[in-house]
Amino acid sequence: MDFGLSSDQLMLKDTIKRFLDEQCPTTRVRAIMESDSGHDPKLWNGLAELGITGLIIPTAQGGSGLELLDLALAAEELGYAACPGPFLGSSLATVALVEGGDAAQREQWLPKIAAGKALATIAIGEEDSRWDPAMLTAKVVDGKLSGAKPLVPYASSADVFIVAAHGDDGPGLWLVERGAPGIEINTLKLIDMTRHVESVTFRNTPATALGGAKTALQRTIDAGCILIAADAYGGSRRCLSMTVDYAMQREQFGQKIAAFQAVKHQLANLASEIEPSLSLYWYAAHAFDHIRDQSERHAAIAKAHLSDLFDRATRDCTELHGGIGFTWEFDLHLWFRRAVFDRGFLGEANYHRERAAKLAGW
Amino acid sequence: MDLSYSAEYEEFRNQVRQFLHENWRPEDADAGPPPDSQAALMGAVIRTDERATQFRLKAIERGYLYRHVPKRYGGGEQPPNALKAQIIADEFRKAKAPGEMIGQGASMLVPTLVEHGTEEQKQFFVRDTLLGKIMWCQGYSEPGSGSDLASLRTRGVLDGDHWVINGQKIWTSNADTSHWMFCLVRTEPDAPKHDGISYILIDMKTPGLDVRPLRQMTGDADFNEVFFDNVRVPAQNIVGKRGQGWIVSRSTLKHERALIGGSLMHRRTFDGLAMLAQAVNLRGEPAIKNPAIRNRMVEVESKLLALEYNQYRLLTMGARGEDPGLAGMVTKLYGTQLSYDIARLAMDVLADRGLMAPGEGSAPAMGMFLTAYMWSLGVLIAGGTANIQRNVIGERGLGLPRDAATKR
Repeated sequence: MDFGLSSDQLMLKDTIKRFLDEQCPTTRVRAIMESDSGHDPKLWNGLAELGITGLIIPTAQGGSGLELLDLALAAEELGYAACPGPFLGSSLATVALVEGGDAAQREQWLPKIAAGKALATIAIGEEDSRWDPAMLTAKVVDGKLSGAKPLVPYASSADVFIVAAHGDDGPGLWLVERGAPGIEINTLKLIDMTRHVESVTFRNTPATALGGAKTALQRTIDAGCILIAADAYGGSRRCLSMTVDYAMQREQFGQKIAAFQAVKHQLANLASEIEPSLSLYWYAAHAFDHIRDQSERHAAIAKAHLSDLFDRATRDCTELHGGIGFTWEFDLHLWFRRAVFDRGFLGEANYHRERAAKLAGW
Repeated sequence: MDLSYSAEYEEFRNQVRQFLHENWRPEDADAGPPPDSQAALMGAVIRTDERATQFRLKAIERGYLYRHVPKRYGGGEQPPNALKAQIIADEFRKAKAPGEMIGQGASMLVPTLVEHGTEEQKQFFVRDTLLGKIMWCQGYSEPGSGSDLASLRTRGVLDGDHWVINGQKIWTSNADTSHWMFCLVRTEPDAPKHDGISYILIDMKTPGLDVRPLRQMTGDADFNEVFFDNVRVPAQNIVGKRGQGWIVSRSTLKHERALIGGSLMHRRTFDGLAMLAQAVNLRGEPAIKNPAIRNRMVEVESKLLALEYNQYRLLTMGARGEDPGLAGMVTKLYGTQLSYDIARLAMDVLADRGLMAPGEGSAPAMGMFLTAYMWSLGVLIAGGTANIQRNVIGERGLGLPRDAATKR
């Protein structure tokens, strides 16, 4: 019984953190997020060189052969740094290929993804916040995909799309390559400027079914829930840390504001919620690979719980900063915006709680 | 990250099971006095009849109970091993076998005596306390000294070879059924606040003690007031030196907070709530089908899971010898908030059935939630109020400064 990180995992986290401290300070976050693409290939290559794109790719295809917990640790550090870029979409497309691709598809794409040479993305959600496989309307008929996907991460930069749609056998995953006919991409402006999504419409676009396990679509959604939970944890932890630092510097009424009991108590309340939530995301990530019958439900629970917490954390921390927290120039809103992304992408908290209720048989 | 136990620990678990199988039969569990409801909810067996005592003595001898107490004082004396302790607790609970005594004596007074007591005190008190033969109450809080405990005013004056004690204690759980009290008394009135207190052991049969039940808002009287009128206590009943009582007492409060913040009670209460929500109807359908109830059930369960997995993390940090830091500091505050969340949701599930007093004929079968709704307010206050917890978390956990303008 060892509910903790291994020394390898601690080293992984530390390596990523040190890279991001150096290569992704908030000045760079802002520069990237204010660019049109919201994507810095140099930064992304740096992360690929660290092994981030290949963490869960088998070693035979050039990856590290690790598990979802390791990928979630990376998500946590990227969340802590508000790192802009296609990590989420790439990670979910990778899960889909690892779990759902056949041997040829895996051999064709995974090595390139691991090396950072191909950017993959995921297209699941549809209008009205439909993220449930059974409710999707995108369809593949005779190898041609048609449907609208309003929230596709970094679609313009992607070399390959993994798309959720209904085929003859029901909902599944399909692979579409960049440049295929019938793809229309419209850019969107999001509150979160560090994680772009675009609206993609497919019209009779040639698509290849992923030939592996049919469970891959749900597993991809579960992985997404867990990675968002980890991002929310990293972001919450960052906001708390910034706010403690600020409260220890800012003086009003002749003392540090940290000495005011109300301020102290708000920070203590936050800390007491954030701390146990770490164990919740760890368990969900561990269950993904090791406790399959608890995996889907825990993923839903972790996503709902942590995205709610991140929302509260960013609000409380902004409040505790007073006026400066509300400025563009101050960095706190970077995480506020990421919390907005986390609460909605893959579906809102109430939806996931309802899923968890159903999965409990209630 | 591994939730399974290695072969070494699975072998240990088998040994514990074998011991239980040989020494505690299921019939033993059913015979014996009815369990105290609070303890039963925690899965603890704290009966002290002869059969239970015989079993405990064997379990102690095997090193399963009181592992932190030296053998020569009646303990199990084993090298610290958080995983083995967890396995023992789990298996004893499953077998409904008598475990360590719960409450102030075994978990608070004994570690204090082991650390600070004289040889005579250890020999006289420890073994019988571990077996539940001596029951203890804690004489700390006073009407004028709650959160600011160090301001306490119960006075002790040395008269020959006796302390003469005058004053009043309040919130003294089980004073009416206890044999002895460990008491904080001001014996150095001219010393600074924290240096003027002594830790003294008092026989509850001593003349001059007046124990009066204190009725709490639930209607019961689990607490007491204790009045001291020239109570004469042998001078050697002091633990540690004169004026050192505050330091001596610090270890006990740490234990008390861990007691109140554990997750097993919450799990049992939540599981009971899930059953309740499926069993009772709201306007023709089970409450669990109501969308608002469903959502809050999962919300509350999520908080419970986070607490349970935080316990796993604490167990691992203990096994690895790491300082638990914030993870250990937040459990009481988090747990007491969760108690309220569970109780509040239960009241919404019960809807207008929640008007009934517990024990009233038409109260629902799970009337414990009606009590829990009030009791959850008590645990928020006991053992250090929520705001004191927040101060501790802020100061010791986050490094924030102490409250300004407080006379410490």
